[in-house]
Amino acid sequence: MCTYFKIKKQLDRFSVDVEYSFDKGVLVIQGESGAGKTTVLNCISGLKQPDEGKVIIEEQLVFDGKTNIPVRNRQVGYLFQNYALFPNMTVEKNVTYGIKNKKEYRDREKRKELLDYADYIMETFGITHLKKRYPGNISGGEKQRVALARAIVTQPRLLLLDEPFSALDVKTKEVVYEEFAAFKETLGIPTILITHDPRESELFADHRIFMKDGTIQEQ
Amino acid sequence: MLAPVVLSLKVAAIATIFAFILGVFFAYILTKKNVPFKSIWETILILPMILPPSIVGYLLLKLFGKRGPLGAFLLDTFGVQVVFTWVACVIAACVVALPLMYQNVKAAFQSVDETYELAAQTLGSGEWKAFWTVLFPLARPGVVSGIILTFARAMGEFGATLMLAGNIEGETQTIPTAIYYAVATGKEDQANTLVAVMTVFSFLMIFGLNAWLKKKNYKV
Repeated sequence: MCTYFKIKKQLDRFSVDVEYSFDKGVLVIQGESGAGKTTVLNCISGLKQPDEGKVIIEEQLVFDGKTNIPVRNRQVGYLFQNYALFPNMTVEKNVTYGIKNKKEYRDREKRKELLDYADYIMETFGITHLKKRYPGNISGGEKQRVALARAIVTQPRLLLLDEPFSALDVKTKEVVYEEFAAFKETLGIPTILITHDPRESELFADHRIFMKDGTIQEQ
Repeated sequence: MLAPVVLSLKVAAIATIFAFILGVFFAYILTKKNVPFKSIWETILILPMILPPSIVGYLLLKLFGKRGPLGAFLLDTFGVQVVFTWVACVIAACVVALPLMYQNVKAAFQSVDETYELAAQTLGSGEWKAFWTVLFPLARPGVVSGIILTFARAMGEFGATLMLAGNIEGETQTIPTAIYYAVATGKEDQANTLVAVMTVFSFLMIFGLNAWLKKKNYKV
């Protein structure tokens, strides 16, 4: 099963022009701020439309100029840099938001399965005790885990992580690195991780590309 | 003396409902979509707040009068005459108060980080669901401010209402026009009572809104 992307998109200062494919593991896109990394992620997820190119997720063509599957149907999990947890919903409602949008959720039996899976994920991520709390009342490390749980619980075909550790303090980062390394092995979802930190690249990359001014400098 | 109070409440409530629907619709379309001539639409929406109410009333009279394009259409097609009826009070109040609703809702929508809507989409939500589950609840304090201010403005509408609906006792006489009439005819007691009703009512609305807003702001 292969994930492939070829993306061309004109930005204000430069144009993004990248092409890469990988089958499993974690692809780390490393580069300084403003290198066009998030644009690549947004084009893969469908949040932005490339000027031209092709995006294949797990063998399914989702974009090629003629085809453009909307973001809600691409089955990608996206962890935003600021986590984007809905402040008006409890942790539990944040985590189950995605599964409630699934067609299977309308079926009573499937619904129970999905909710049980959400409980399992929350337990795995150690956030069950935060269920009834709101995102504004939990720590940065906890927010990160909730956001990751929310992105994973829908069982996406591809996980997109946009600087997932950048908002954490040094001490929390160390703990979260260990947790993420363990999740990475357990979950086995093909993942694209964006970072500017070489250490994160060292820790998690199965494949790695360096981006500068919108292009791949090194693989 | 009760009739103007009842009519004012009825007019303000209906005008606020229409202003809410229109305000939310235009605020969403003009902040989230690429609409041609956006600044022209926006100027038209805000114009009733800048123009003197008597001018707004005059323009509405031209539009809804028997020989006006809309007035003639309504009369010919449905046999309905708008001018000098309580419906005219609603139209005047709605048009004059709409800019307040629009401005508040627009500011509220703009204050919500767009990433929340994007996150909702990556989690399988369509635009409609993302709007109702994420954007609208997060913008709610601003929207409620808009509703309260619109209601208060609609309750206090005078100039445009007088032009379009007149001051017919028991039919189109609202609190502000009743106060004007009471003062003009030397009924000071009546004017005092209505002024007291309006002042207490407005105070309670703003006081209640502020208390609610303090409780309802979400921490991010």
